Amino acid sequence: MSTPVPGPPVLALRGVGKSFGSVRALQDVSLDLYAGEAHALAGENGAGKSTLIKTLAGVHRPDAGQVLLDGQPVAFAGPGDARDAGVAVIYQEPTLFPDLSVAENIFMGRQPRRPASRLRRIDRRAMHTEAAALFSRLGVTLNPTAPARGLSIADQQMVEIAKALSLNTRVLIMDEPTAALTPGEVNRLFAVATALRKEGAAVLFISHRLEEVFALCQRVTTLRDGRLVASELVADLTPDDLVRRMVGRHLDTLYPKAEAQIGDVALEAERLTREGVFTDVSFQVRRGEIVALAGLIGAGRTEVARAIFGVDRWDAGRVVLGGTDLPAASPTAAMAGGLALVPEDRRAQGLVMDASIERNLGLTRLRTLSHAGLMSRRRERNQAADWALRLRLKYARLSDAVAMLSGGNQQKVVLAKWLATEPKVLIVDEPTRGIDVGTKAEVHRLLSELAGRGLAVLMISSDLPEVLGMADRVLVMHEGRLVAEISRAEATEETVMSAATGQVRV
Amino acid sequence: MSAAIQETVQPAPVRPSESKRFVERILRVRELALLVVLAVLIVGTELDDHRFLSQQGIKDLLLNAAILVIVATGEATVVITRNVDLSVGSTLGIAAFAAGDYLSGGGNPLVAVLISVLLGAALGLVNGTLVSFGRVPSLVVTLGTLYIIRGVDSIWIGSRSIVASNLPHNFVQVGHGGPFILPYLAIIGVVVLVLVGLFLRSYRSGRELYAIGSSPEAARLAGVATRKRITAAYLFCGALAGLGGALYLARFGNVDSGTGGSYELTVVSAVVVGGVAFTGGSGSVYGAALGAVLLTTINSVLPGLGVNSSWEQAIDGFLLLAAIAVDRLVAVRVANVLRRRNVRHG
Repeated sequence: MSTPVPGPPVLALRGVGKSFGSVRALQDVSLDLYAGEAHALAGENGAGKSTLIKTLAGVHRPDAGQVLLDGQPVAFAGPGDARDAGVAVIYQEPTLFPDLSVAENIFMGRQPRRPASRLRRIDRRAMHTEAAALFSRLGVTLNPTAPARGLSIADQQMVEIAKALSLNTRVLIMDEPTAALTPGEVNRLFAVATALRKEGAAVLFISHRLEEVFALCQRVTTLRDGRLVASELVADLTPDDLVRRMVGRHLDTLYPKAEAQIGDVALEAERLTREGVFTDVSFQVRRGEIVALAGLIGAGRTEVARAIFGVDRWDAGRVVLGGTDLPAASPTAAMAGGLALVPEDRRAQGLVMDASIERNLGLTRLRTLSHAGLMSRRRERNQAADWALRLRLKYARLSDAVAMLSGGNQQKVVLAKWLATEPKVLIVDEPTRGIDVGTKAEVHRLLSELAGRGLAVLMISSDLPEVLGMADRVLVMHEGRLVAEISRAEATEETVMSAATGQVRV
Repeated sequence: MSAAIQETVQPAPVRPSESKRFVERILRVRELALLVVLAVLIVGTELDDHRFLSQQGIKDLLLNAAILVIVATGEATVVITRNVDLSVGSTLGIAAFAAGDYLSGGGNPLVAVLISVLLGAALGLVNGTLVSFGRVPSLVVTLGTLYIIRGVDSIWIGSRSIVASNLPHNFVQVGHGGPFILPYLAIIGVVVLVLVGLFLRSYRSGRELYAIGSSPEAARLAGVATRKRITAAYLFCGALAGLGGALYLARFGNVDSGTGGSYELTVVSAVVVGGVAFTGGSGSVYGAALGAVLLTTINSVLPGLGVNSSWEQAIDGFLLLAAIAVDRLVAVRVANVLRRRNVRHG
């Protein structure tokens, strides 16, 4: 792969810093995106990649440093400014308008208009034709007039890609665009990205699949804990080099799952089905075991967890918890049976952000903390102090709002809140997403310790090293079905990913 | 019979355009259902009382509905952005008094209308600024301004009131007259409705209001100036409430400090009954206008049918709940159909 001597960068960051509250997401990061070059951004979850992208896209304004466009400092007032400057972003999770048509999603704010003589009204026919042309270029059959509501994640991603294509793109930023796509769709996306690059666009690409980085990109920048590790040519690197830069230590020390005594079956799902969401899912989790549920975003893992816990109804099948059948759609029964669910989105589902640490910790145990029907503040505080110590929580005062804690410490509060119910089965959904490496290790240590004491753990995770390091067994879901069960010995990045992308059914 | 039902329940083979047609059908059914209810109501009343569809009867109906249609049109543009304006009743009241006060002193009718509209727009601007820049829920903000405007209204007006005899004849004429059976008020209402409908359907900034209501976060990422648009929607809603005030003055000629009290509830009911989702992003001003006409018709036929007028409000409330229940059922059904249809690669 020949690398032409690059001209001045189209878009660049110089010494950029960005903090959210007490969390420093980016510190002194510089990045150069050159015309005609594909640039990979590597780093673990929580390394600051998303913040960096949002800074380039005008969503965040940096606290320190500069954004340079064609060598000139710019201050994007918002995403619209960045878009007008030719920066197109495909976000990891599609951001569409469910009520509007696919074509309007692509062209919002830029709809083709009739001439002034026709009052500059939106030309719907032209809009639909253009959208159809974009889709045929991408090789997908999507109807431009259909509403975006109800599209599959992959189709939503295609709409996002079409949106980026429709712009006069000088810089194309893709944040894990392939996570939900089939191999065929990935190939088409890469063909389009390569074509754009050859036409002189700069491409910034984020993916956890290293082979994609090596196949598509010429240059790679690695971030760790919000800091720049290295920026270098891909040709000079091996995949192992890249992993070492991302992690900065050996994987084994990061994910300590201790051997534990595996006991009886604690949780069993039998042919569980929720129509259109997941189908025929059967598995067991035993005492002392950590079972990982792996798969791509949108594979239906979270939905299975929600159904088991009773948040959503299931249409067929059954769930057996500690030997007794759970009724459908009853979180109360699930909790009474000793099941705890730590949800994926801790801000929206796991915590009351404005309430204090102690209040959040007490929420699952209102009954035991009360005396003659009234809450005992003292018991609440004592319990909270106890858990804060056990989980090594970093906080100023227990009466502070949870919102003031860092992401990792918030996650500890959610964990503690559920552990306080003394569950027999714990389901954790993305337990370490977006938290720093140190806290991540503590969460892993905690899960391992709990399993050692006989807790059955079902861990949903998109973090492959975490899955491989922590799990005794790996279950893999693909498009709503359980496609593989892989033992700890056989689980590798390859076996899990090929099952998750639907290439192999084990 | 049961075989026929089975037929329709079977999921049809999926073609790309089908989900669009399906959703469109649902929406059309919604507006169609309103029309059917309206028609049944009118025909039924006519059979009972032949004066109902007389020239005067139709004219009364149109006169009564026009102001509500105008204010509901403004309210709908705000509700589409996933917000609400509860201060429209107070705005209408104070704008009506301002115009009346000016006209009683011998002012020009056109200037009076302009005063009402500008006052309404100014109050809308305040609402919009508080909602979009203060990041306070619109329900709370506009509940606050509802009381503040009403309070200012009381202090300013006191026990005074405007009476029709102090108003210029040509101004009052606008509130009653019109060619053939078409009152001027209804003509104004239809013009406003069509213009706003066109704006919301065929202009970029109009579509952006739907985008904001459908997903505020996605709108922000798509570069939509969300605060500016929301502020503009409120400004516009206020201006139409102001216009409604001027027309109220022309129609009734009698304005005091209580004018427009709890009118916002009728307006919001009309919008919701008309199928503009409170969760934003869907519905049309035409639906809202149909809702307004339906509510007005019900309220004017009840006395004719011998129903005690005390029942009016209860019936309005029932309609509102029925409309929301229908919306909810439809939404759940649509979601289920889309979910089942969406099982890719089995």
